[in-house]
Amino acid sequence: MNREDIIKPENLVYRRTPVLTENIMHYCPGCGHGTAHRLVAEVIEEMGIQEKTIGIAPVGCSVLAYNYFEVDMQEAAHGRAPALATAVKRLKPDFFVFSYQGDGDLAAIGTGETIHACNRGENITMIFINNGIYGMTGGQMAPTTLEDMKTSTSPYGREVQSMGNPLKITELLAQLPGTCYVTRQAVYTPALVRKCKRAIRQAFENQKENKGVSFVEIVSNCNSGWKMTPTASNQWLEDNMLPFYPLGDIKVSK
Amino acid sequence: MAKGAIVIDIERCKGCGVCIPACPNKVIALAKKVNKKGYNYLEVQNDNCIGCANCAIVCPDGVITVYRAK
Repeated sequence: MNREDIIKPENLVYRRTPVLTENIMHYCPGCGHGTAHRLVAEVIEEMGIQEKTIGIAPVGCSVLAYNYFEVDMQEAAHGRAPALATAVKRLKPDFFVFSYQGDGDLAAIGTGETIHACNRGENITMIFINNGIYGMTGGQMAPTTLEDMKTSTSPYGREVQSMGNPLKITELLAQLPGTCYVTRQAVYTPALVRKCKRAIRQAFENQKENKGVSFVEIVSNCNSGWKMTPTASNQWLEDNMLPFYPLGDIKVSK
Repeated sequence: MAKGAIVIDIERCKGCGVCIPACPNKVIALAKKVNKKGYNYLEVQNDNCIGCANCAIVCPDGVITVYRAK
C-alpha cells in the first residue's frame, strides 16, 4: 500500500486539535509548554466544552497562552491567576475555568493566591508547569530549583544553607482540605503524555461535580535555561527532577 | 509495506527532535535542509511507519498528522 492510499480522511489517526489556534508558538524548540497546551486543548475538544471554557493566562514563558487557545482567555497579574480564576468561576459557575501557570508564577510570587484558592476549595482546574527555573527572564533560580542545580543566579549550584530548600508546592497543596485532586505528571515520552492527558481530563471532569480545586503539576524541561539540547534536557529531567518530584497521584478524593 | 503515514508541517517544525526517540521503527530523522526559520525540520526516511502516532503526541508544536490504513 503506498503513501497516497493511506493519506485519506477516513484513515486519520491524529491531527492537531482545532482548539489550538494556527499561531506558531513562541516557545523554544522541545519545550514542554507546547505539549501541555495541546493536551489541555485536546481535553477541551473531547469534552465538547470549547464554548464554555475560560482560561487564565499567567506571567512567565506562557504569558502569551491566550494567543494559542481557541477559547476565551483572561490575562492575570503576575501570580494572581488563581484569584482571577476564583472571580471568573464565581461569576460564571457553569463555565469550566482553568488557570495555567509556571513555577515562578505559581510557587513564588503567587504562593499566597495559590494556597488560599486551594484552601477555599474553589471549583477550578489549575495546571502547573514545573521546570525548576525562571525560563522567561533568563534562567534564574526559582523556589523549585533543585539542590546543587546551576542557574544564572546560582552559578555554583543551589546551596541550601544560604538559598533555602526546593519547594514541593504540590505536596503542600495536597494537605489542604479544598483540593480534591492533586497529581504530578510529565510529558516527555508518549506513555507519559497519554497518562497526563487522562489526569487533565479528570481535573476538568471534577468541575462538573463541584468538588474543589483540581491541581495538575507537569514536570517539564527548560532546555534553554538548563543549557542543553531538547533530548538531553529530557534525560536530565528523568535523572534529576523526577527523583525529587516523583510522578503520580498525590491526592484523589472520592 | 507501510501501514501508516505521517504528514509533517515543515514550516511549523522547530527541529527539537523529541519525536525521534519516540518512534519505535526509526522512521523519522532531522533533514539536512532547513525551513524558512532556519530549523532542520523533520523528515520521513523510510516506509516502516505503522501509524502509532507516538511522534505526534510528543510533538510540542503539533506538526505531525498521522494516518493508518484500516
